[in-house]
Amino acid sequence: MRTPSTLAEKVWERHVVHRAEGEPDLLYVDLHLVHEVTSPQAFEGLRLAGRSVRRPDLTVATMDHNVPTAAGPVDPVSRTQMDALERNCTQAGITLFPTGDLGQGIVHVIGPQMGLTQPGLMIVCGDSHTSTHGAFGALAIGIGTSEVEHVLATQTLPQRTPETMAVTVEGELPAGVSAKDVILGIIARIGTDGGVGHVLEYRGSAIRSLSMEGRMTVCNMSIEAGARAGMVAPDETTFAYLEGRPNAPTGSEWDEALEDWRSLPTDEGATFDKEVSLDAAQLRPHVSWGTNPGQTVTIDEVVPEPADEAAERALAYMDLRPGTAIRDIRPDTIFIGSCTNSRIEDLREAARVLDGRKVREGLRAMVVPGSMLVKRQAEREGLDTVFAAAGFEWRDAGCSMCLGMNPDQLSPGERCASTSNRNFEGRQGKGGRTHLVSPAVAAATAVLGHLAAPEDLDG
Amino acid sequence: MKPFTQHTGRALPLDRSDVDTDQIVPARYLRRIERSGFGPFLFAEWRRDPDFVLNRPEFAGATILLAGPNFGSGSSREHAVWALEDAGFRTVIAPSFADIFRTNCGKIGVLPVELAQESVRALMDAVLDDPTTEITIDLQALRVSAPAVHEAFEIDPYTRWRLLEGLDDIELTLRNVDAIDAYERARPARLPSVARP
Repeated sequence: MRTPSTLAEKVWERHVVHRAEGEPDLLYVDLHLVHEVTSPQAFEGLRLAGRSVRRPDLTVATMDHNVPTAAGPVDPVSRTQMDALERNCTQAGITLFPTGDLGQGIVHVIGPQMGLTQPGLMIVCGDSHTSTHGAFGALAIGIGTSEVEHVLATQTLPQRTPETMAVTVEGELPAGVSAKDVILGIIARIGTDGGVGHVLEYRGSAIRSLSMEGRMTVCNMSIEAGARAGMVAPDETTFAYLEGRPNAPTGSEWDEALEDWRSLPTDEGATFDKEVSLDAAQLRPHVSWGTNPGQTVTIDEVVPEPADEAAERALAYMDLRPGTAIRDIRPDTIFIGSCTNSRIEDLREAARVLDGRKVREGLRAMVVPGSMLVKRQAEREGLDTVFAAAGFEWRDAGCSMCLGMNPDQLSPGERCASTSNRNFEGRQGKGGRTHLVSPAVAAATAVLGHLAAPEDLDG
Repeated sequence: MKPFTQHTGRALPLDRSDVDTDQIVPARYLRRIERSGFGPFLFAEWRRDPDFVLNRPEFAGATILLAGPNFGSGSSREHAVWALEDAGFRTVIAPSFADIFRTNCGKIGVLPVELAQESVRALMDAVLDDPTTEITIDLQALRVSAPAVHEAFEIDPYTRWRLLEGLDDIELTLRNVDAIDAYERARPARLPSVARP
């Protein structure tokens, strides 16, 4: 009888090109996503070594990290990087979605939207949030630029076998608690290095009940727990999302794919190297107070007493005192966007809270859709009108204020409730202070002017 | 890649945990298309503080970075390792590393050395006590030595071999190009390839 195996093990095994004692497995890459920031040196490396791109047809590129999301001149340094990507893609025959193209958007939003992200695939990208694609039951790994060059040249990647970790969330999520709160709750529990060396598999009824967008939000932040990847087993929700998308299989190939995808979930009796479980019913909206995503509490709590020197430094940077109620913290800025929370469902969640309400006077608020297609979809649904009427800026697609390398940045000391993934010092701009929240909490906070849960608006 | 066999040098004690790659090189410096020249941006924000260890003259010329656990977490940016290398660092010693950072180090020949927290503490104390303290990292013998500290360390044997020989990963993989060809021939036709919608 075949040994029971986990989802991660099954996907791994089908990609082994070469295996030898004492060496990492050489894995085949089905899909390589490329963006402007981590690729120029890789293409340059190929040129210097006289190598070419092995499979441009399995490679797709977009511009997202450094692009402006509002009209106006493009900074010349960013322009150089964007031009380099354009040149490199043209030379190699790689499909590129540049700014101004309807296909452009955040690399982790466009892959799924095009139907390129599919169950059982091995996906890599020179970006740590590649784990997002694991929501489809793909093994998706963030890599550095040397590895990008390696994949461009060989379409393979040597990888040491990871350990596996089951993260089980059973039960029903309470009202106002979203996928973002699930993953922040998990990170608060296992810590920013709890997943190091592991592929996490998110399981349980609460995970199964999430939409694909919600699963992507959860898998996206696997790296914030230090994990090499995060995965959810494919199921009917996955198949329904994929069916009819531009690059999804059709006809008899669709049936063939379905049969294959249904064989992927972890077998009964398979074992994980580590297991952790959470009770969905106990979850509440989460907010980060510190400078790493593990420094997170629920909206109902207070800023904790510092447990170590790192926490003391975080409090000083964030200009917070222990004992302050989270709801008493007053942001200057609200950012809804990033590869964590910029999909259509995230925008709907925020718009539901904002409908008929106004952003508190004096607050800066912006929504940055994850792709131009998400933007168009939202406009069809009239969400842009809801955001605009509330006082939010409605931008073009990009990474925007998730990371301070494009014009959307915090100023020193500016405090932001952000649906992004990292609250590191200076992440959103030099001296900026980040509180990680869900789209619903961001929206409620925009209305009330202090960190708030959507339920706070009902009073 | 430059081979790494043994290195002796002075160390910079960065006594902080969870040092993420946004601190090692902030995002606004990532817009260069070159691989070199990132050294001046190393710890760019923390460096504004004149008392930050990297600014202290007694640690000038350090080639070994001592740091707290979970070093290199966050973004996959290899620019973080390029900045360390460009600023003269040949190795980082810490109780634990984030996975992508560790891999990036191994690709370009900066040696990540994992030691028990107490041993890293002892090295930091020794260096704080006397900044001229020299530490030797021997990748052949898998040992870290300083006047008061002698520790063995582990690294996966494949990475060790590659670093000792200074071997290029792509070159090694291309030795198996026949296996790649064979794998590609067997891939199901239904798997996606990139076509513009």
